[in-house]
Amino acid sequence: MKTIQDCLQERILVIDGAMGTMIQRHHLTEADYRGERFKDWHSDLKGNNDLLCLTQPAIIKGIHSEYLEAGADIIETNTFNAQVVSMADYHMESLAYEINVAAARIAKEAAAAFTAKNPAKPRFVAGAIGPMNKTLSLSPDVNNPGFRSVSFDEVANAYYDQIKALVEGGVDLLLIETIFDTLNAKAAIFAVKQFFRDSGLPELPIMISGTITDASGRTLSGQTLEAFYVSVMHAQPLSIGLNCALGAADMRSHIEELSQIAGCYTSAYPNAGLPNAMGEYDEQPHETAHFIEEWAQQGFVNIVGGCCGTTPDHIRHIANNVQRCTPRAVPVLEAAY
Amino acid sequence: MSAVNTIKPYLRLSGLEPLIVRPETNFINVGERTNVTGSKKFARLIKENNYEEALSVARQQVESGAQVIDVNMDDALLEGVQAMTTFLNLVQSEPDIAKIPIMIDSSKFSIIEAGLKCVQGKCIVNSISMKEGEEKFKREAIICKSYGAAVVVMAFDEQGQADTYQRRIDICQRAYDILTKEVGFPPQDIIFDLNIFAIATGIEEHNNYAVDFIEATRAVKQRMPLTKISGGVSNISFSFRGNEPVREAMHSVFLYHAIKAGMDMGIVNAGQLVVYDEIEPQLRELCEDVILNRHPDATDKLLAFAETVKAKGKEVKKDDAWRNTSVQERLKHALVNGITDFIEADTEEARQLYSKPLEVIEGPLMDGMNVVGDLFGSGKMFLPQVVKSARVMKKSVAVLTPYIEEEKRNNPKAQQGGTAKILLATVKGDVHDIGKNIVGVVLGCNGYDIIDLGVMVPADKILETAQKENVDIIGLSGLITPSLDEMVHVAKEMKRRNMVQPLLIGGATTSRTHTAVKIAPEYENGVVHVLDASRSVTVAGSLLSNDQKPGFLSGVNTEYLKLKEDFANRKSSKQYIPYKDAKAKALQPDWTKHRPVKPTFTGIKAFPDFDMAELRRYIDWGPFFITWELGGRFPQLLEDEVIGKEATKLYNDANALLDQMIAEKWLSAHGVVGFWPAGKTGDDSVTVVKDGTPTTLEFLRQQVKKAADQPNLSLADFIAPASAGVEDYIGAFAVTIHGIEPHLQRLEAAHDDYNKIMLQALADRFAEAFAEALHERVRKDMWGYASDEILSKEDLIKEKYLGIRPAPGYPACPDHTEKYKLFDLLETTKHTGITLTESLAMYPASSVCGWYFSHPQSQYFGIGKILDDQFKDYQERKGMTADEAEKWLRPVLD
Repeated sequence: MKTIQDCLQERILVIDGAMGTMIQRHHLTEADYRGERFKDWHSDLKGNNDLLCLTQPAIIKGIHSEYLEAGADIIETNTFNAQVVSMADYHMESLAYEINVAAARIAKEAAAAFTAKNPAKPRFVAGAIGPMNKTLSLSPDVNNPGFRSVSFDEVANAYYDQIKALVEGGVDLLLIETIFDTLNAKAAIFAVKQFFRDSGLPELPIMISGTITDASGRTLSGQTLEAFYVSVMHAQPLSIGLNCALGAADMRSHIEELSQIAGCYTSAYPNAGLPNAMGEYDEQPHETAHFIEEWAQQGFVNIVGGCCGTTPDHIRHIANNVQRCTPRAVPVLEAAY
Repeated sequence: MSAVNTIKPYLRLSGLEPLIVRPETNFINVGERTNVTGSKKFARLIKENNYEEALSVARQQVESGAQVIDVNMDDALLEGVQAMTTFLNLVQSEPDIAKIPIMIDSSKFSIIEAGLKCVQGKCIVNSISMKEGEEKFKREAIICKSYGAAVVVMAFDEQGQADTYQRRIDICQRAYDILTKEVGFPPQDIIFDLNIFAIATGIEEHNNYAVDFIEATRAVKQRMPLTKISGGVSNISFSFRGNEPVREAMHSVFLYHAIKAGMDMGIVNAGQLVVYDEIEPQLRELCEDVILNRHPDATDKLLAFAETVKAKGKEVKKDDAWRNTSVQERLKHALVNGITDFIEADTEEARQLYSKPLEVIEGPLMDGMNVVGDLFGSGKMFLPQVVKSARVMKKSVAVLTPYIEEEKRNNPKAQQGGTAKILLATVKGDVHDIGKNIVGVVLGCNGYDIIDLGVMVPADKILETAQKENVDIIGLSGLITPSLDEMVHVAKEMKRRNMVQPLLIGGATTSRTHTAVKIAPEYENGVVHVLDASRSVTVAGSLLSNDQKPGFLSGVNTEYLKLKEDFANRKSSKQYIPYKDAKAKALQPDWTKHRPVKPTFTGIKAFPDFDMAELRRYIDWGPFFITWELGGRFPQLLEDEVIGKEATKLYNDANALLDQMIAEKWLSAHGVVGFWPAGKTGDDSVTVVKDGTPTTLEFLRQQVKKAADQPNLSLADFIAPASAGVEDYIGAFAVTIHGIEPHLQRLEAAHDDYNKIMLQALADRFAEAFAEALHERVRKDMWGYASDEILSKEDLIKEKYLGIRPAPGYPACPDHTEKYKLFDLLETTKHTGITLTESLAMYPASSVCGWYFSHPQSQYFGIGKILDDQFKDYQERKGMTADEAEKWLRPVLD
C-alpha cells in the first residue's frame, strides 16, 4: 500500500471541496440538526455542522463519497469547529471529543471503500483542525489591546483533545487549516507534538494551510506569507499551503511565492472565486480548474482542491485538469551555505 | 517547469515580517532597552504599570535600527510571568514593533514559556544552558522546539561560566552535540552566547577577556558553521559606566573585531552605536589597545583619556596646590585621585598627629574612602579609579600596620586579635562574579583577609567554611533573579545555625527593598545591602568596629523595618476557625431598629467632566508625599526639621502645577454612581436587582479567630436579608481622570521627570478626591442617609463618616473579578471610558471604583487569610476552577 509520501512523489494529489456548501444543499432544519438525541437540547443547534457527524452521519458520509467519486485523493473530516472552545457556542463542549471520533470514522469508512475498489489510488483522511472562533494574537476589545479572550493553554488543550480524538477515529493526516492567526496554529502544532510525545504513537504527517485575507498579502494577524511560513516551519510539515478567503485568481501570486520558499510540499485550495452580492460563489468548475491547471503547469503545487463554494463538480474538473501535470519538485535542503 | 530550488540552512526568524540571517547579513542589532535589568526607565515604567510608555521604549528601539528586541522582566519585585505576558500581548497590537522578532529573555524558564505563548512569530529564547545539568537543558530545548523558537545557549555548564578560550569551545561543542543529535534541534537555530565580560577593570586577569571572546568566536564558527554567536555587548565597557563616549567607542571597536571573527548578533543599545570609522582616532587607538590587550598599560591610558573626554570644555591644568592643604585633606585627595606619590610621607605625618595609628584609618582614610564611594555611586568615578583608590589605601595601611602591631604588643587588652576575615561567595545557581571579585580586591586592599569561595556555592559550604574559618563577615553576591531566593535561604540557614556574623548582600539584581523585605527578616544579627564595591569598605569598617557596629546596625534595622512596612503592611501568626463557625459569627444587625434609607433614585447617574477646581479641595496630601518618599503627617511634615524644607518646596511646586493644569484643562474627571435594591441571599452573597435582572455579588468572610463578642465580618452582613422584611439597597461608583498621556509625553520629551512624576501623582490624588467628593454627595444628597453630616476635611480623611465605599480587590473584598459585576451594573466603560485589563486593573491608571454600603455598622475591615473550606465554597459560588480561584484569591490564601 502506497503512503501519501509515495503518491506525492508521483503526481499532484487532489483534496476535496467545501463541506458547508454541500451541507447547505440538504436544506436541513433545526430538527434535522438536533436529531433524536438532542431534541431537547437547551439552545439552538442549526448551523452546528460538525454535530451532523452524530445526528446525520449518512449525509456526511454521502458528501465524502461524492468527493471521492469526483477523484479526491484526500478528504477532510467534518470537524472544522469540533473543539471545546468553538463548541461552547452551542454549549456542546462535552461533545467535542465524540464528534471528532465519529467524524474520523465516517470519513475513514468512505475512504476505505474507495481504496478497496481501486488500491492503485489510495484515499487518505485528513483530520481537519480549524482556526477556532477565538484568537490568541488579537484583542476583541478595541479599547484594550492587551486583552485576550482565550489563553494559549486553553487553545492548546482544546486542540490536544481534538487531535487525540481524530487519531483515535483513525485519520491518516492532520490538517491545520484556514489559519488567520498564526499563534492559534502554533498552539495546534504544540498540541500535535505534545500528543505524539505523550502517546508514543508515530507522528502523523501534518499539513498546514494558512489564509491570506486580502490584497495586502498578509494574514489577518498581520504576518507576511514568508513570516507565516517561518513561524510554522518547526512543525516539519508534510505540506504548507493556502486556502480560503481568496479565489484562485487572487491566490496565484501568493502560491507562487510560497512555492519558491517552501522546503516541503505545497498545497492550495482556493474558494470558488469571490462571493457575489448574495454571498454565493459562482465561479464555475471549469474556471477554477483552469486557474489551478496553470499553477500545476508552472510547478507551484503538489496538492490542490477547493474551499468555500466548491463542489464535487469543481473537484472533478480540477482532478482531470491536473492529472497529467508533473508535481512541483520539492527544493533541495542544503546542509551548508 | 521551474528548475529545482535549493533552500539554504539559514537562521530564519519572524515577527510580522521575516528576518533571514544570511552569511552576507550584517551584524544583527538586538535592542536592549526593553529590559528591566538593563534599563532603569523601562523598569520604572513596568513597575508603574505604564505599559503605554513602555511600548514607546520598544518603538524607539525599532526606529533606531534594532532588528530584534530583547524583552526581559526579571525583577524580584515584579510578577515576571504577568509582566511578560502583558507587555508582549500589547506589542502584538503595535505593528511597527511587532514587525520584528522578539528575543524572550529571562533566567526563569516559566517566564520564557509565558512569553512564547504570546508571540505568533518565531522568537529567540534567551537563554538555556547546561548550568543545571543535561536533563534540564534537554527538557527546555524540547519545549523551545515545540514552540518553534531559536535558542541562545549560554556557554556555561555544571562547573560554571566559561571564561577561557578553551572552556567556551568545549561547552559549545557539548551543547551542540546534545541539541543536534539528541533533541533534533536545527543547528541554524542555535545561537551561542560566549559571555562578554568587563575589561579594563584594573584587574589584570580581566585584560584578555575580549581577546578570548573574539578567538573563541572564530573557533566555534569554524567547528559549527551553521550556529550563530551573540553576546551582551555593553558588559565589555562596564567599568566606564557614566562615560558614554568612551563606552560607545569601546563597543564599536569590540564589535568591529568580533564581527570579523564571526559574531552574528549582539544585545546593544540600538540608538547608541557609533560608526567605527567615525571614532576620534586617538580614542579608537586606545580602545583597540584595551580590547586587543596590546599593552600592559592600555587601561591606564584609556582611563586618562576618559577623564579628558569627561572634562571636555574645562581647562585641565596640572595642579599641585593640594600639597599645601592639611594632611587630612591631602590624604583624601590622594585617595580620591588615586595618587600614591606622597602617601607614605603623608601617612607618617598623620600618624604623628593622632594618638593611635588606628585612628588614622578610622579618621581621614575612611573619610576619603567615603568620598570615593559617593563619587562611584553617583557615576562620577569609574571602577579602575576605585581600585586605584583602594591601592592608595593599602599603601597607607601598610605604613601604619607596624605601629598598630607594636601597640597591640604593648597593650594586648586594647586590641582585637588578628586581621578581620571576610568570606565572599556567589550563591548557588549563579555564576556571575565580576562584582564579587571587585569587592574582594577593594576589601583586600583595605587590609581585610578575603576568603573567596567562587561561584555557585551552596549554602552549606558557605556557612561551614564561615564557621570553620571563624570569619567576621559573610558577603553574598548574585546577578540573576533566582539568586534572591537563594540568599533568603542562606539567611534562614544562618539563623538555624545560630550564627552571629553580619551578612552582606550585593550584586546587580539585589536591592535595598528586597533585602529589607525578604532577607533581613530571616536573620537577626545584621543583614546589610551594599550598593557597590566602594561602599563595601565603609560598611565592613562600620561592622568591624566595636564602637560603630551597634549604632550602624540599629540604623540599618530601622531603615529596613520602615522599608518593609511601606512595602507590605501585614502578616502575623494567627489562628483560624472553620468557615461554618465563621458564618455563625456573622454580624447580625437589628433590622427592626435600623430601617434602610431609600436612595433618591435607583439606577445610574453619570458625572461627565466634573469640576476639577472643586475636586482640588478634596485632595488628601499625605499619600502624595509618600509617593515622593517624604513620609509624615500632613501638614506637619512641611515644618519637619529634616524633610520640611524639601517638602515645602515640593508642595509649592505641586500647587503651581495644579493652578496651571486646572486653568489649562489638562485633565478631565468622569464618574458614575448607581443604586439598586439589594438583599442578602446567602451567608456571603448579596443579590442586586437592576431593571428586574438579578446579579449576585459574592463576598468573603473573615476566618481569623476573634474574641467571643467580635463578629467575623463579611460585607454581606451590612445588607438586609429578605427575612428581615425591609427594603435595602446597595450602591456603586467608578471615577477616573482622563487626558494625562499627551502631557506625560510632552514632559518626557522635555526631560522634565520632576513634573512628570508630579503630574502622575496628582492625577492619582484627583481620582481619590473625586471618589471622596462623590461619596460625600451620596451620603448627604443622592442616597441621603446622612443628610445632616458636617465633617471637616481631616475627619473626611480619617473616614469618620457613616457608610463605606470598599473596592473589589481591596482588603474587605479581595477578589478583583467582582469588578466585572460592578462594571456591568454601572455601565462603567460607557459612562467613564474606564476599561479593565485582563488582570482587572483599571485603565486609565488614575481610577477608583467601589461599592457603597449605608448601614451605620458598616465598616472597613480586612478579610485576612481564609481556609480551604471557604475557598472551596467561594470557588463553587463563583463557578471558577480551582486554579482560577487560587489566582484571584492568592492574597488571602496561605
